[in-house]
Amino acid sequence: MIPHLWNDLEGTFFPESALDYMPESRLREVQLQRLKAVTALTYEKVKLFRERMDAKGLKPADVTTLADVSKLPFMVKTDLRDTYPYGLFAVPMSEVVRLHASSGTTGKPIVVGYTAQDMEVWKQVIMRTLYAAGYSRGDIVQNMYGYGLFTGGLGLHGGLEGIGATVIPISGGNSERQIMVMKDFGVTAICGTPSYFIHLIETAQKMGIDFKRDLKVKRGVFGAEPWTDEMRQYIESASGVKAFDIYGLSEIIGPGVGAECECQDGLHIFEDHFLAEIVDTKTLEPVPDGTEGELVITTLSKQAMPVIRYRTRDITAFETSRCSCGRTCRRIKRISRRSDDMFIIRGVNVFPSQIETALLKTEASLPHYLIVLTRKGGLDQMEVRVEITGEMLTDNVGAMEQLQKRFGKSIEQITGLHAAITLVQPGTIPRSEGKAKRLLDQRNLTS
Amino acid sequence: MKIRQISIFLENQPGRLSKLCHTLADAGVNLSTLMLSEAGEFGLLRIITPDADKAHTVVEKAGYAVTASEVLAIQVPDKPGGLASVLSTLDPHAISVEYMYAFACRTGRAIMIIRFSDLDRAADILQKAGFKVIKSSNLFAP
Repeated sequence: MIPHLWNDLEGTFFPESALDYMPESRLREVQLQRLKAVTALTYEKVKLFRERMDAKGLKPADVTTLADVSKLPFMVKTDLRDTYPYGLFAVPMSEVVRLHASSGTTGKPIVVGYTAQDMEVWKQVIMRTLYAAGYSRGDIVQNMYGYGLFTGGLGLHGGLEGIGATVIPISGGNSERQIMVMKDFGVTAICGTPSYFIHLIETAQKMGIDFKRDLKVKRGVFGAEPWTDEMRQYIESASGVKAFDIYGLSEIIGPGVGAECECQDGLHIFEDHFLAEIVDTKTLEPVPDGTEGELVITTLSKQAMPVIRYRTRDITAFETSRCSCGRTCRRIKRISRRSDDMFIIRGVNVFPSQIETALLKTEASLPHYLIVLTRKGGLDQMEVRVEITGEMLTDNVGAMEQLQKRFGKSIEQITGLHAAITLVQPGTIPRSEGKAKRLLDQRNLTS
Repeated sequence: MKIRQISIFLENQPGRLSKLCHTLADAGVNLSTLMLSEAGEFGLLRIITPDADKAHTVVEKAGYAVTASEVLAIQVPDKPGGLASVLSTLDPHAISVEYMYAFACRTGRAIMIIRFSDLDRAADILQKAGFKVIKSSNLFAP
């Protein structure tokens, strides 16, 4: 008996997805062969990598097994900034058919390039992403990722056309129009950031539109920011949209690095194109499977801008079991936080996702919130602003004060820290049309 | 018997109450009476209006957190000990007052808006004791 083969969608066969089920021994052979090739190419063409290899006394020929990848030097985000714009490109510009750039939070953006073959690979990993989430020809898909320099919009777009879906390239923003289009165009599936979609669920409610009753949206792929299982539960129960987590980053290729399958139990990495490692955030040594650490990715087939051992800053762990979907490519756990989202207050490491979990323990649905850090008299203060919704409101001042206390207690239980809770009116915390802003650090830590 | 009351969550910030009042004014909602309870950084504005449905919709649409509840409108004898007589009637029945405020009217009647811990029983007991529990339809009559 052949278990669970080609079972993405009720037995339909998608040739692109076949690679997800490659026998593991063959997959490792492919990875090693490609790792050797990409190391040699990058050493030859990219000065920064060559200098770092030379400084370690390493040559591409020193890579003889997959484990040897851990000898190679890391790349980090500032490397892309320092070599702005084309310093990490390994091909002449005449071979580059597409540029994207990420909006850097400080100074210059980072620029990434694609050859024609890179574009084909990108399309295929997105197709595999979409098939894994049950998308197929016949779906009418509203793509709410931003179009333009951001890799999200056009990245998903290519794969959506690849599977033969009907794409609505609406991009982000204009929430009421998003709902109108969803309804009038008979949209069956969507792509976007989870925080924006939660904002749309609220928008629909205000417009008197019930997702389950009035809309046909059945599934969505969500990514580009860390989110939690609680957010998934909220999305699925409030909108009836089955929510799949997808993973990617511009520095590697954009969306399409990893994706959840119908089991929604960790994200499969498309390992024939991306070699994933997880390392200890302090020692930077590989950790045993199942242990949390920072995800490090090497592109195995990228031509225009190969990236070796890129430190993603995303915290995750490998799943140790085989997925029941039958895919052989390994899974990482959902990324609910980034190592650089973490803030330190009174010596305690806190992740915004912990605050979110605390708020969700108190209220069934997800309130909008903002963490505000200030420093008073040399002591760090944490304030959490929570928006009150009509459902949370009771005609009882005492009950509202109790709610405020419960939020504070729940945060203290999870983080061990006191947080001042401020209840605020709906809509007063700035809404992102893209990534949610959860942290406002007003401490002047340099002084 | 019971009167519909609309409660709105407001942050204790300059201009918030004024903005809400303008929202209601723009919709042509006339406030018969109101009470603002504050708890540090936030407050609850409770309003009584003949246009309760409209007020609820308008305020909710403007993005406020709003909830509807019920209260009693009791006509209190307009003389010393008037309110005391209402309250002492309820004392033996273990019904407590959660909050109360006065109703503004032009007829010279003294009317209190009271939120009791048990509205139905309070209405029943007060009526049997001869007090006037005012219906919604009569409350706003000119």
